Amino acid sequence: MAADIGATETTHGSRKFGRYVLLVFVAIVVLFPIYATLMQALKSGPDSIDHPTSLLPINLTLDTMRAAWRIGDLGRLLLNSLFVSIVVTIGVIVTSVLAAYAFAFLDFPGKGLLFAFFLATLLVPAELTVVVNQRTISSLGWINSYQGLIVPLLATTFGTFLVRQVFLTVPKDLREAAALDGVGHFRFLGEVAVPLCRPTLGALALFTFLGTWNQYLWPSAIITDDEHRTIQIGLERLKTGDVDKLNLVTAGTVIAALPIFIVLVAFQRQLVRGLTAGAVKG
Amino acid sequence: MTYCSGVAQVRLEHVTKSFGEGDEATTAVDDVSIVVEDRDFMILLGPSGCGKSTLLRMVAGLETPTLGEIYIGDVKVNNIEPKMRDVAMVFQSYALYPHKTAQANIEFPLKVRGASKADRAAKAKTAAEALGLTEYLDRKPGQLSGGQRQRVALARAIVRQPAVFCMDEPLSNLDAKLRGETRAELVDLHRRLDATILYVTHDQVEAMTMGTRVAVMSRGHLQQIGTPHEVYAKPETVFVATFIGTPPMNVMPVGLFERSDELVGVRPEHMELSANGGVPATVRMVEQLGHETLVICDAAGTRVVVRQDAEAPVPEIGEDVNLTAAEAYRHRFDPVTERRISA
Amino acid sequence: MKRRWRQFPVAIGMLAPSAIILGVFVVYPLIHSIQLGHLRCDATGTRCRDGGWIQYVDVFRSNEFQHALFNTIGLALMTVPIGLALGIGLAVLADKHLRGIGFFRTVFSSTVATSVAVASLIFFVLLQPEVGLLPHLFHGLFPVLKDPGLLRDPTTAMPAVALSSIWASLGFTFIVITAALQGIPRELYESAFVDGAGGWTRFTNVTLPMLGPTILFTSVVLTTRAFQAYAEIALLTGGGPDPERPTQTVAYLIYGQNSLVKNDIGLKSTSAVLLFLVLLVLAFVQFRGLDKRVHYGS
Repeated sequence: MAADIGATETTHGSRKFGRYVLLVFVAIVVLFPIYATLMQALKSGPDSIDHPTSLLPINLTLDTMRAAWRIGDLGRLLLNSLFVSIVVTIGVIVTSVLAAYAFAFLDFPGKGLLFAFFLATLLVPAELTVVVNQRTISSLGWINSYQGLIVPLLATTFGTFLVRQVFLTVPKDLREAAALDGVGHFRFLGEVAVPLCRPTLGALALFTFLGTWNQYLWPSAIITDDEHRTIQIGLERLKTGDVDKLNLVTAGTVIAALPIFIVLVAFQRQLVRGLTAGAVKG
Repeated sequence: MTYCSGVAQVRLEHVTKSFGEGDEATTAVDDVSIVVEDRDFMILLGPSGCGKSTLLRMVAGLETPTLGEIYIGDVKVNNIEPKMRDVAMVFQSYALYPHKTAQANIEFPLKVRGASKADRAAKAKTAAEALGLTEYLDRKPGQLSGGQRQRVALARAIVRQPAVFCMDEPLSNLDAKLRGETRAELVDLHRRLDATILYVTHDQVEAMTMGTRVAVMSRGHLQQIGTPHEVYAKPETVFVATFIGTPPMNVMPVGLFERSDELVGVRPEHMELSANGGVPATVRMVEQLGHETLVICDAAGTRVVVRQDAEAPVPEIGEDVNLTAAEAYRHRFDPVTERRISA
Repeated sequence: MKRRWRQFPVAIGMLAPSAIILGVFVVYPLIHSIQLGHLRCDATGTRCRDGGWIQYVDVFRSNEFQHALFNTIGLALMTVPIGLALGIGLAVLADKHLRGIGFFRTVFSSTVATSVAVASLIFFVLLQPEVGLLPHLFHGLFPVLKDPGLLRDPTTAMPAVALSSIWASLGFTFIVITAALQGIPRELYESAFVDGAGGWTRFTNVTLPMLGPTILFTSVVLTTRAFQAYAEIALLTGGGPDPERPTQTVAYLIYGQNSLVKNDIGLKSTSAVLLFLVLLVLAFVQFRGLDKRVHYGS
């Protein structure tokens, strides 16, 4: 824990106070959009027409959120997002763990080549793949389907490399001792390797779930019907162009954001671990 | 910028330092008073957790005393920033800026004080020469060995020509051989710089060989201050008696060595195996080290170590022997306070 | 030699799922896009005409692409330096052992919970001239907020998008930089302090240099995000406001509602590949440029 000094004994009262003031000010600025959105979402319909810009938490009601839920069919949207995100997360974990195991513990001809292959995929942005994938999915007849949404996302190089990093820290002797005991690869994977990297897997799972939940470009490319629509691309349908109905958009946004807020608060530590996996060591 | 009027004496008066609040408060330093004279090489010696580092940090200005006063020269510095105290500090891990060259590291304290580029370079060069670093000035810490890094840290400290040097276990990250060499160099540096040095360590060999005076601490309390010889020959407390000296002094329970109600201590080199008279004991273990022999005995359940010349006759394991010591080499301590009872 | 082949079946079995998915949906598109990039097709994607490799140059040089590229660079120039500075500023501000600091840290991280769509919609409503809160509060200072509204004024539209984007990325930057700050050894600060360095000097001599690799990483991520800006454009401005269309980014050019290349898979691919190349160059430049000043620890 390294904080710059000037925070312990050597901070005088007035400097501490000044810092608190600054902290509060910044916090207000950062939270303002969220607070404003929340207030507007909790305003009743008539109230948002009469007093659209009032920020006071009075006369709060869930009516607008209920209306947004109904009109935007948010329940279905959320369910779709949830389903897709969960399946993709599981898929990514499985494919990453398997691939990482192969790269970390096995030796085979072509290993270098395959590794380079994986490495190369890191450079390719989503924008590039969507054009062709759209056509591929279309020719498979998977437009407007769950499999169309899910399958292309089931493997990521990031996930593979992340897990591989952890696997590489498993001491070689452990593997060799297990081999001497006749422990096969899959058992070693299940009983030794995976348990050892559980925190990383947790971070990867959280990260993948969030990333899939937040996807915009891919769903917008292949989903056009109402049945399979996900929350990110479905929200904008609440925009009717009618200024008086904007509170529906706000309410919908709050509902859409709520699950993620809860998930992140619950899994803060994994989030930090996931985000810093690539950053701190450069 | 120095407040020290030329005399770099450090005075700690009844200094106490506590951390935490209420029930969870811990006292790291408890009512310690020490005077470090101008040009002293004062060693703060003690096991980890005894408060020596905290004391050092208070002198440097990294912590503020909870109670008591600290004076550098004639100035009370309790609430004065390190910047104004004219103190330089060498950290255990050297704390070198990894992105700066050795030269830039050494120049840093001068840069902070607004010295001109030429001035800085000249002074850095002098400091580097004093420590044999001239060839390495362009390298970054990552490209230097442990010993070289340590010297850069030292050079950075001396470049300011401060009144007081604070050193926090600067040798403990070096390997044994290097440690021995650097010890001698530090003593030499002290002489050449005519500096006042406050030096923290847990290694009693360093304390005994380098210091002009030693302050032994344990659990926040000052046990004894004196010259290395004084703390060795006349330990004030059982703690000091057993902390200094390897193997440690044999402090025997009441009644074992003498008929008295005091604890009696005798150093292994002063303990003798006598032919007649003395305390009976059985030999448990013999360690022949080449230049000396250690005979480890059991006297009524107490472990007693006897040190004798390599040439002396070596007893058998299991043999019954008698232990005795000359009066001059017997140290007596109060069994309750564990303080020395003067003869 | 034999041993290497012995593990081959298991290895292939384990790698197959990832390799197949990545192959079909990442590598194949990469290659195929390059091929498609010199075709010009009609709405159905069939009946393509070969435009030759020169098509890449033509599209790159076209007004639309240049315009989009210009806009995208503008967006990046606005979001990255400010985003970084704010992230670092907030991280340093909150990097103290003060009571209740955990609360502030959570607040500063909170925007990481917003998706691009959510953040964009939040700002969309916030900036509406008639009912939005920002115009209501500040239109005295900035009349443009109400007339015609930040998102509808060609000069302010992109900065408004940038504002939304900076806010949305704040949480991410804050978290990453805060984590990096924890890794700076306290003794470096103490040493500087004892040597007389004040807060700002410590910041420039200890904090910033030690943050080097992290700043590089964050700047690459933020720049990539800026160059991939699609959802925020779609939701905030729809690529407008017309007729200047100052918010049309390259990604929007490719996929947007009002995109010119919407139905021509050839041109789409050309643009997409060009975007890919731009991103590559960017990453390269950033790594080289910042790498010189970055220290990777001893």
